[in-house]
Amino acid sequence: MTVPSTSTLTRANEQPVDGGRIRPVRHPGQWIGVAAILVAAALFVQFLVTNEKLRLDLVAGYLFERSVMRGLVLTLELTVVAMVLGIVLGTVLAIMRLSGNRVLSFVASGYIWFFRGTPILVQLLFWFFLGSILPVINLGIPFGPTFVEIPTNVLISQFTAAILGLGLNEAAYMAEIIRAGIKSVDPGQSEAAEAVGMSRMLAYRRIILPQASRVVLPPIANNTISMLKLSSLVIVVGLPELLTAVQLIYSRNFQQIPLLIVASIWYLLLTTILTIIQVRIERRLDRSVTGPRPVIRAAERQGTPS
Amino acid sequence: MTEPLVRAVNVRKSFGDLEVLRGIDLEINRGEVVCVLGPSGSGKSTFLRCINHLDRIDKGEIWVDGHLIGYRRAHGHTYELRPHEIAAQRRGIGMVFQKFNLFPHRTALENITEAPIFVKRQSKADAEARAHELLERVNLGDRADFYPAQLSGGQQQRVAIARALALDPTLMLFDEPTSALDPELVGEVLDTMKDLASDGMTMIVVTHEIGFAREVADRVVFMDGGVVVEHGPPRQVLDDPQHPRTRGFLAKVI
Ligand SMILES: Nc1ncnc2c1ncn2[C@@H]1O[C@H](COP(=O)(O)OP(=O)(O)OP(=O)(O)O)[C@@H](O)[C@H]1O
Ligand SMILES: [Mg+2]
Repeated sequence: MTVPSTSTLTRANEQPVDGGRIRPVRHPGQWIGVAAILVAAALFVQFLVTNEKLRLDLVAGYLFERSVMRGLVLTLELTVVAMVLGIVLGTVLAIMRLSGNRVLSFVASGYIWFFRGTPILVQLLFWFFLGSILPVINLGIPFGPTFVEIPTNVLISQFTAAILGLGLNEAAYMAEIIRAGIKSVDPGQSEAAEAVGMSRMLAYRRIILPQASRVVLPPIANNTISMLKLSSLVIVVGLPELLTAVQLIYSRNFQQIPLLIVASIWYLLLTTILTIIQVRIERRLDRSVTGPRPVIRAAERQGTPS
Repeated sequence: MTEPLVRAVNVRKSFGDLEVLRGIDLEINRGEVVCVLGPSGSGKSTFLRCINHLDRIDKGEIWVDGHLIGYRRAHGHTYELRPHEIAAQRRGIGMVFQKFNLFPHRTALENITEAPIFVKRQSKADAEARAHELLERVNLGDRADFYPAQLSGGQQQRVAIARALALDPTLMLFDEPTSALDPELVGEVLDTMKDLASDGMTMIVVTHEIGFAREVADRVVFMDGGVVVEHGPPRQVLDDPQHPRTRGFLAKVI
């Protein structure tokens, strides 16, 4: 038998002196770490406050400036709409890929291959310039009569182009995240759902996707936070969201650093809110696994020997 | 009624090159409890899964309650049923799995009401009233709001039985319902199944519980190598097996 150093072992006759109170293991390293972080934080704050070049007065002045506010709203709108489109279409694509149907699976794989494989900038510009390749969109029977003709530029505004670019691209990434989530659910679950007469779609909606959502939530939150910043690419279709708004200001007054701080403050705030929402949802979804047991009322317990 | 509830005729099923069921013929009457015994890999689970079309058969036919499972015959041709028609057939057949397969994100009550509400379109109030009754019946009246993770294995399996009963099946299939349980929890599940049997439910039970088979079964079926080797009343098959393979198997498990 191997024995650690004899000094850490208790001899049989060792008696407790304070009624056997248990003293937890100490972690002195943690305290040293905390102290080091506090010192670093203090130095950073001092740098921020005393450095004249940062022009914190300008930061405060521009934080609520009108074009900055408009950019912030646009960033939010783009992120929300593109993510909703991405999640909905991504779910459809994931289910198509996993369906036994070869055609559906092939179409979904092709979509994912194309939209992940080409630069998002190109996709944004493609939707924006669709009007120049395809001036009118015809609704009707293919190769047959046309019922409605709509000029493409009317149908696809700057905002629509931005949403199509961001959302369709996001869907490709989302499809893979959701597919992984679905595959993480025990196959016994869909069997049990089928055995009680559920259709495949009902089983997805009520049984499989709710369970997959626990797994896919953290990566979806990741992608949403990325999207906040990725959406700045829509300047290529002429939309000034948050980052572009501050860039436009500093191109006039050359105060790059204060204005970039303005943008960062807003991005950090949005990220914080998203993180809080994520934690809330996660806690809700985990309730069934880690939640407290319900209380059994005494009246109910009578006659139930279980 | 004289017509059997379940009639399997020359059922064959292969997975790739492996022929798992090689011509199963079996008739089960209404109210009968049939225990299926056999060595691992003999095709017991596969046969059970074919009865509610979780696995599709390659040849032969399975009739349950006058319906040809999974297929439709017209003018001598056999057509596959549409998914919603298969789903409708499954509603008449309850299934209980070895690993319970409860829905972990739903409470015990919600596990039971899920299919009545979303498949049978019953009102929530009706479905819940019935679910409470079923929970009482499996002795879990006080566990309605518990999630599966908060229940013991035996309790989970009893909720699973209640879930299967919620659709008022005419036939219940059990695939080794107690094999995943700690020994001290096996009894409570077997007791629930005995109650069900004495209420007249038609049951096919794949099990290794010889004691249960002896006490509850009307008939014991011994399967090996994808065929029914012998079947008959428990006394006959368990105490006086005719076939050497049955004898060999029983010698090992008893
Ligand atoms: N989906 C499948 N794909 C391929 N082979 C399978 C599949 N399901 C079962 N088999 C094979 O079919 C054979 C019979 O399996 P089955 O599960 O019906 O046996 P069983 O009698 O229930 O055995 P056990 O007592 O171990 O549960 C086994 O050899 C198994 O490996
Ligand atoms: Mg089996």
